[in-house]
Amino acid sequence: MFVSYRWLQEYVDLSGISPEELAEKITKSGIEVEGVEKKSEGLKGVVVGHVLEKEKHPEADKLNKCLVDLGQENPVQIICGAANVDKGQKVAVATVGAVLPGNFKIKKAKLRGEESNGMICSLQELGIEPKVVAKDYSSGIFVFPSDAEVGQDAFSLLGLDDSILELGLTPNRADAMSMLGVAYEVAAILGREVKWPQIEEHASAEDASEYISVNVEAKEDNPLYVAKVIKDVKIGPSPLWMQTLLMNSGIRPHNNIVDITNYVLLEYGQPLHAFDYDKIGSKEILVRKASEGEKIVTLDETERTLKADHLVITNGSEPIALAGVMGGANSEVGSDTTTVLLESAYFTGGVIRKASKDHGLRSEASSRYEKGVDPNRVRQSAERAADLMAKYAAGTVLKGSVTSDSLQAEPAVVSITLDKINKVLGTELQITQIKDIFERLQFAAVVEGQEITVTVPTRRGDITIEEDLIEEVARLYGYDNLPVTLPVAETVPGGLTPYQLKRRRVRSFLEGAGLYQAVTYSLTTDEKAGQYSLEKADTIRLAMPMSEERSTLRLSITPQLLEILKYNLARQNDSIAIYETGSVFLKTEEDELPIEKEQLAGALTGLWHSQLWQGEKKPVDFYVAKGVLEGLFTELGLAGTVTYLPADIAGMHPGRTAEIKLNGEPIGFVGQVHPSVQKEMDLKDTFVFELSLQSILQAQAEPIAYESIPRFPSITRDIALVVNSETAAGDIYGIILEAGGKLLKEVSIFDLYEGDRMEQGKKSVAFSLKYLDPERTLTDEEVTKAHNKVLKAVEEKTGATLRG
Amino acid sequence: MKERLQELQAEALQKVEEAVSLKELNDIRVSYLGKKGPITEVLRGMGKLSAEERPVIGSLANEVREAIAQHIEAKQANLEEAAIAEKLAAEKIDVTLPGNPVRSGSKHPLTKVIEEIEDLFISMGYAVAEGPEVEKDYYNFEALNLPKGHPARDMQDSFYITDEILLRTHTSPVQARTMEKHQSKGPVKIICPGKVYRRDNDDATHSHQFMQIEGLVIDENIRMSDLKGTLDVFAKKMFGEDREIRLRPSFFPFTEPSVEMDISCKVCGGRGCSVCKGTGWIEILGAGMVHPNVLEMAGFDSKKYSGFAFGMGPERIAMLKYGVDDIRHFYTNDIRFLKQFSKHEE
Repeated sequence: MFVSYRWLQEYVDLSGISPEELAEKITKSGIEVEGVEKKSEGLKGVVVGHVLEKEKHPEADKLNKCLVDLGQENPVQIICGAANVDKGQKVAVATVGAVLPGNFKIKKAKLRGEESNGMICSLQELGIEPKVVAKDYSSGIFVFPSDAEVGQDAFSLLGLDDSILELGLTPNRADAMSMLGVAYEVAAILGREVKWPQIEEHASAEDASEYISVNVEAKEDNPLYVAKVIKDVKIGPSPLWMQTLLMNSGIRPHNNIVDITNYVLLEYGQPLHAFDYDKIGSKEILVRKASEGEKIVTLDETERTLKADHLVITNGSEPIALAGVMGGANSEVGSDTTTVLLESAYFTGGVIRKASKDHGLRSEASSRYEKGVDPNRVRQSAERAADLMAKYAAGTVLKGSVTSDSLQAEPAVVSITLDKINKVLGTELQITQIKDIFERLQFAAVVEGQEITVTVPTRRGDITIEEDLIEEVARLYGYDNLPVTLPVAETVPGGLTPYQLKRRRVRSFLEGAGLYQAVTYSLTTDEKAGQYSLEKADTIRLAMPMSEERSTLRLSITPQLLEILKYNLARQNDSIAIYETGSVFLKTEEDELPIEKEQLAGALTGLWHSQLWQGEKKPVDFYVAKGVLEGLFTELGLAGTVTYLPADIAGMHPGRTAEIKLNGEPIGFVGQVHPSVQKEMDLKDTFVFELSLQSILQAQAEPIAYESIPRFPSITRDIALVVNSETAAGDIYGIILEAGGKLLKEVSIFDLYEGDRMEQGKKSVAFSLKYLDPERTLTDEEVTKAHNKVLKAVEEKTGATLRG
Repeated sequence: MKERLQELQAEALQKVEEAVSLKELNDIRVSYLGKKGPITEVLRGMGKLSAEERPVIGSLANEVREAIAQHIEAKQANLEEAAIAEKLAAEKIDVTLPGNPVRSGSKHPLTKVIEEIEDLFISMGYAVAEGPEVEKDYYNFEALNLPKGHPARDMQDSFYITDEILLRTHTSPVQARTMEKHQSKGPVKIICPGKVYRRDNDDATHSHQFMQIEGLVIDENIRMSDLKGTLDVFAKKMFGEDREIRLRPSFFPFTEPSVEMDISCKVCGGRGCSVCKGTGWIEILGAGMVHPNVLEMAGFDSKKYSGFAFGMGPERIAMLKYGVDDIRHFYTNDIRFLKQFSKHEE
């Protein structure tokens, strides 16, 4: 809502308060003023000029040579390219030395050999937004009314030196969508009076009811409809002052009748509509629900197909307006209109909101109806507009109004005690202070002991309960004056849950291990949403996505991380290690919530470690990625319960991917991205993992149990085993551990050889076995006995031979 | 004989003095003090001496031997020290070359901000509550005093999946769920961080997905002044002790009265600058007293219980705190961006 400071003064005395001070006060007590703008700030030198002569430029077809009187001694010659410039016009002239928006300075110039002493301006050139410039002037210069005084400051005449306050209205403050509403607010803040416009009564001989009947079928959506008839109107431009106020409020001037309806809409907050009476085609107004599929062409020349829950104004059969949203083209007021049917109606918010949304059409009218208008201004607004039509369109207002009225508009009565107010706010206010605040708001307040009963005017439909009154008290008392305290309450234990605590630990571990945390979008493409999914589930698509790119909820995090890698690689960030924890979404039943699972994913590419001057370079490989996870599982006390098995997963390298199992249950995977995917996405060798974070956080950790430090020496035996290439080292490891008995304390793999000196299809894996008895020193014989058992088991189960 | 011994001593000491290596020194030891050395030879000839002379020469010979041995020892220590020094000199490295890098990643800046806020409120006795990102219309709107058709639903245009299921537009449904589960059993003190979604085109200041962190306190006798005090503590701990706060009236369907909180601008100290758009204040969060309808819908007696709630955007806070100029950076995850947040801050 744009509020003209100058216009506001008509409704409330603003003496002694600058626009900026006013903005600050309004902001602090309830409505955020998002800006104060004075369009003419920094501009100068534009005056009203009188075009005395106009002839074609001798050298240029499209230019005109004008002689313009600027109110100075001698008229000046100005070359003007506008097609609509003409002799006798009063125009806005930027004189030599003028400054226009964009710091455009006007200088004396020669155009095709002819001298030009200034520029005749369009409204756009003076800084007015094109969308509010009247159509007549949208592609040419602006022409002032003939009574404009030559030499007068044009900025002032166009209201460009007015300060415009931009209010950021919250949905509850529909009352401030009008000048009068803002006036009430300002009056309450300043403790001043509200001045209402004077409306003149018109009593012609003819009665409006002779011209029209009003019948409302949909009374629930339209409890009040007021029609007035104004005859013999003369269509023309509205007065300049009215046009400038409309433009300053963001509304384009059309003609006097339409401008008056918009002016009163801004003044009272009540939407009005003017029909060309003669085009209605009947003497009847019927308000009803549209029939499904019914069509109407609205004022914006768009054909709209209606639904059964839209409300229409009809002439008894055909729709002539989409109620509360926009009028119909078939009954539009135009230059030949002589009789106007003026509509002022109360439509309920829901029905207007629906139509506005369905047609993607928000108008000044619909945005007010949606939030609720004041039912007690419907009749007044009609009278005000009729009066203005008599004054500025030479109309004859017919006697009376034709109405359909089933409206119940009782003001809300809310009682509250002083104690309640002080208890909620933490204040120690007195009853007189409270009463004073309500009086400033012009709410009738009756005090009985400690109780105060407030009758809330219908303009403030947002106030219905005690808490609403408390807010009024708080904001006018001032939040700055509120005491500062802390809750005095029973102490409850705060803190993180074990799950949350562990999750933080997972993150810190991964960060300590060298991975950066990423945060990506949950919405992705249909295609990517299902890739690398750990679960067999359908994806979930939005009903109305904004783009295909963000249309579907992800089932896995890996595709998002690959995108990040791609983005970074394209920017020469070659070595990247990132991880993300976040939710994935598994479809269940229609209209049921999906299952949300928290997962952990990581992606690594490029160098893992490098110390260039020492010639060390370690690229990321499968074992780096796996090592990170092994470290994590150790950190979480799960190392002993996790196993890795070769796996074939779509999008992953078939020979370099492992499924991860926790206590035998699959929880995720780790491996290299399939080379074809890497190529397609312009990635280098990329290693990823994704697993169920919930599974690892909820798994029981192995408890910490102290073992005494051994006092006896251990004995280490190394063996190199030749096995078939396919035999998994992990399997041999398991066999050794199992066969080693209780003396075998540690097994580690220290060498792997596959190559020329090996028989085809064989490889050598070397293990180091550490034997220890915590109770005594082991003898060589005991170790040999245990060790032979190990060798025998490995030989039997894998066909391994000792490497000679 | 006496002269011979003195001569030998002088000659040996001279050689010891001149020796430059341990080997040379050892040769001197062997040649003078060995069994075939000249001193032994002298001693062998002692039989020819008189009984008076014998002890004198014997003792002199011992003295000479002793002196030579001592000098050799001293010289040896010298030579050994020199050898070590020489070895160390050869081992010298360039200590200005870079050390081996220790790999380390870091938290995402949004996590950093969220954890900081979590920890601050945990220290004041709050628990951290979480909930689903895909929500029922009921918890996202209706339970929060936003019935279907409420004009305020426009404030947060939403991503619906079906008529009843949508991506949550704020973390407030977590509050609704927590209250519903809690059912008037003692006070509620929670903060709820998480991802939320709104129909916005992504640009420098808008993101269709962003983070939110909300707080809720419910008990008997919770006052608006308590909200002001809590926010004051938060603002000072989060942004600095010298910051002032200002509450401005606002509107949220789930609170009444509702306010927005501004903090004084750090850049200009309140005088007005481009960061605070000339106002001297920066908007940080929305808050208010929990609407009685919200309390009642969750099973709390609004006559007995009252509460306050507040909500803020970690992106906005991170942008203010670190001077990030485009919200999209948080979701692009350029590694050069992420790496800037690894330092510990005071």
